Amino acid sequence: MDFSNFWVLEQEILLIMIIIVLFFMDIFSSEDRKDTVFYGTIISLFYITIHGFFVVPLHEYAIGGAFGGIFVSSKMTILMKNVLNIATLLVLLQTYSWLKTEKMRKQSGEFYIITLFTLLGMYIMVSAGNFMMLYIGMETASLPLACLAAYNKSQEKSAEAGVKFVLISALSSAVMLFGLSFLYGSVGTFYFEDMGAKILTADPLTVIGLVFFLGGLGFKLSLVPFHLWTADVYEGSPTSVTAYLSVVSKGAAAFALLFALYKVFGNIEVVWQNILWWLSIITITLGNLFAIRQKDIKRFFAFSSISQAGYILLGLIAGNAQGMASTVYYVLVYVFSNLAAFAVITSVENATKGKTAIDVFNGLYKSNPKLVLVMTFAVFSLGGIPPFAGFFSKFFIFMAAASAEQYLLVFIALLNTVVSLYYYLLIVKAMFIRELIPDAPARISSDVYNKVSMLLCVAGLLLLGIFGFFFYEMADKFSFGI
Amino acid sequence: MKNKKLLKKFTYLCALHYRNFFSMNILSYFVAVPLMMIVLLFLSKDLKMIRTIMVSGSVVLLGLATVLVVLFIGERSSGNNAQMLFTQTVEWFKPLNVTYSVGVDGISVAMLALSAIIVFTGVFSSWNMAMAKEFFLWYCLLSVGVFGFFISTDLFSMFMFYEIALIPMYLLIGLWGTGRKEYSAMKLTLMLMGGSAFLLVGIIGIYYTSGHSTFNLLEIAQNLHIPVEHQRWIFPATFLGFGVLGALFPFHTWSPDGHASAPTAVSMLHAGVLMKLGGYGCFRVAIYLMPEAAHELGWIFLILTGISVIYGAFSAVVQTDLKYINAYSSVSHCGLVLFAILMLNQTAMTGAVMQMLSHGLMTALFFSLIGLIYGRTHTRDIREMGGLMKIMPFASVCYVIAGLASLGLPGLSGFVAEMTIFVGSFGAQDIFPFAATNTFTTTLTIVACCSIVITAVYILRTVGKILYGPVQNEHHLSLTDAAWFERISAVGLIVAIVFMGFYPSSVANIISDSITPIIEKLAMI
Repeated sequence: MDFSNFWVLEQEILLIMIIIVLFFMDIFSSEDRKDTVFYGTIISLFYITIHGFFVVPLHEYAIGGAFGGIFVSSKMTILMKNVLNIATLLVLLQTYSWLKTEKMRKQSGEFYIITLFTLLGMYIMVSAGNFMMLYIGMETASLPLACLAAYNKSQEKSAEAGVKFVLISALSSAVMLFGLSFLYGSVGTFYFEDMGAKILTADPLTVIGLVFFLGGLGFKLSLVPFHLWTADVYEGSPTSVTAYLSVVSKGAAAFALLFALYKVFGNIEVVWQNILWWLSIITITLGNLFAIRQKDIKRFFAFSSISQAGYILLGLIAGNAQGMASTVYYVLVYVFSNLAAFAVITSVENATKGKTAIDVFNGLYKSNPKLVLVMTFAVFSLGGIPPFAGFFSKFFIFMAAASAEQYLLVFIALLNTVVSLYYYLLIVKAMFIRELIPDAPARISSDVYNKVSMLLCVAGLLLLGIFGFFFYEMADKFSFGI
Repeated sequence: MKNKKLLKKFTYLCALHYRNFFSMNILSYFVAVPLMMIVLLFLSKDLKMIRTIMVSGSVVLLGLATVLVVLFIGERSSGNNAQMLFTQTVEWFKPLNVTYSVGVDGISVAMLALSAIIVFTGVFSSWNMAMAKEFFLWYCLLSVGVFGFFISTDLFSMFMFYEIALIPMYLLIGLWGTGRKEYSAMKLTLMLMGGSAFLLVGIIGIYYTSGHSTFNLLEIAQNLHIPVEHQRWIFPATFLGFGVLGALFPFHTWSPDGHASAPTAVSMLHAGVLMKLGGYGCFRVAIYLMPEAAHELGWIFLILTGISVIYGAFSAVVQTDLKYINAYSSVSHCGLVLFAILMLNQTAMTGAVMQMLSHGLMTALFFSLIGLIYGRTHTRDIREMGGLMKIMPFASVCYVIAGLASLGLPGLSGFVAEMTIFVGSFGAQDIFPFAATNTFTTTLTIVACCSIVITAVYILRTVGKILYGPVQNEHHLSLTDAAWFERISAVGLIVAIVFMGFYPSSVANIISDSITPIIEKLAMI
């Protein structure tokens, strides 16, 4: 066996090593010293992010295919994994207070390890060069996620979320596998490269396979006909897990879908472009319309994230290098925007002993101006208001869609941004204009790690826009079209 | 020690890499100064400091505008005939060919001067604002957007600044407004964002169809050509997008509610400057870049603007709320701007820009005086006021002057602007598919001219009702006249109005030169 193949898995091996070390740290640290695992996780995640940005791209051996092309690593996948790393780091920074509470302290160590396992699964999804590998990655990511969703063992809602997630994951896997079997029957291979070369026309067998495959990943991305689990799971899961689900899980699924569509179905572009056209429109519209009526902030962000997933599809539809670059840029900005919002939600939730109604935010500006400012920046960025990064990422993703001459799609998506602005402004209105509720929390003091997370998110929101050309140029250099 | 060295090295490297960002030309300071003010406001502690920052900052802006006007006239008289002066281009998102590029011609110079005057006077009109720090933070952000829009020659940065100017309005109206403020704030924001949705599709359309994937206005106008079949959808999209902000007829409904609910300084800035963004954009982007479509489809919008002019004036007649009267009058006057632009000739377009200036100044004066009166009488209903001339003579005289400017008294700015517009539009060449001679434009001009008469009706009615006649409420007898900061604001605006009225050629010459390239482009087809 040729062991040099393993070098291609540089980031994965590093992550596995970190997981093993953390595992032993968790076992051998006493119950009231679980902080060490937290520090270990944060430091190692920080390290692999830096490593991924500056060291891995320099290694010639870390780029290329391994095991006959079943696993592919390119500068683009490295960049995507870095985006996922950043997101995971920001999420885990927000978990500190929650895992310090009486109920959670005993099981805090595993949390980090399980989270990193899902991250590993997403690495594999992104790097897959073969549908079997993609499937394995998806399962590796899904099962621990169900465990995370049910992490608040004492709460019924959390358990419910866990069960729902398991069932939905199983269902979506089944749907996807069903579609994959059609594809296998049609071309007789699972390797992306071979399939790309063999799928030349849109014969019915391939199209059925494609549709089922899209459905399977659609569950992960929570695209509209497959979105029904989203709100319940997001509401029931612990807030940090919701944050993780809404950015990392979604981002990884988007990247995996991107590669599969570009590499495998490149020749029947028109077919999936038509499907995605409809999917993105109903996803954006329905996500928006449902978000307006929500009373619970976590459900609210569940629907907002559904509509954001619809915007991500706009980048995929383009089918060229510009589309790929703008998708990666969009996901990165979305990570910072959404996590800034979730950092605030976490703080408020910790201070109010688990309340997540939007009413809790009423008049918060009078008691906690800084927290409100972070939230305002976050929703403005999500709504695409300059000078925040969300404006730039939305603009570029619209440009990408327009480069494939999808002007009507861009226009409908744009009208939807007005709707989305309406409900984002409802949050702003609650915080700034509404009166305080009677038992409103006084001064909310977040822990230092959550503050760091907020600070990083706000820095990202402000800098990734106006100074975002660094990242965009990098993404553009590494992208490729069909 | 080592850290310090590293930090030094780091900053040096940053400075080296970004020296483009720091070697700014005069135009970028228009954006940099309000940004500096925002940073300083964040750090400020007490009211005195906030006021100092705002006054000094707006004086600097006013000074910058003066310097710019002087430099601009100097350059032009020394024979520099480039279309845009003080240009600078900084690469931004290279793969997409997005740049930050600035440059001004006479129209933008005039608009910048107007914005500087109104930002300056607005500061004095909101002297005693509650939560002053937050108010001025958003106010500065609004002015960043306004100034940035007028200096941009790149469609991307232009659109970005346009949106920056829109969003602070929500909080400014929602937090500091009066009446149905939450409703009006939401309506205004959503309608304008809806307009910008049209605009953005249009801009992206321009980018891809002009053939060279660029956002640079000048490059598209001078070297490239957008195919006519694409112009047919891009022109309505962009014109409608900007038209919503310029209070084009069916989309004007945000304006009365928004202006009536907004606090004084915000009404001033919004009616005075922000609505001009619409008119400016209409002919800088929609007409300049798509001349063929402007000829073909202009008549549809011309009818709409004609309705705006008359409908706005008639609506103002029946209102009883001072701010609503003025807001509908703004719809009518801004309609006249778009009306003149669509006539597609040099005289009318010059008149349009002068009308923008004139309307900006007098409407700002109106709103500052209404704010003053409302702050004392606590009512804006004209039926509950009377005889204010005896109680607050200074404010009342200013109100009369503003009214006279609005109804077009010679010697004040309104007359010059409206005269130019009607002279230009009466003789406008007919460009419309169903009339061979210029009957269509002439008829419309005559209809639009009627608005002057209606304007006189509602202005004189208001003036007679609130300033003269018996005092309606005896509590009003104890009211004080304008305070010093309110006087500064009013006098500043009146000086500008009178200057424009008596010496219009100074302004007209600067503007007229800059319209020539647009007319040439229109004539080329």
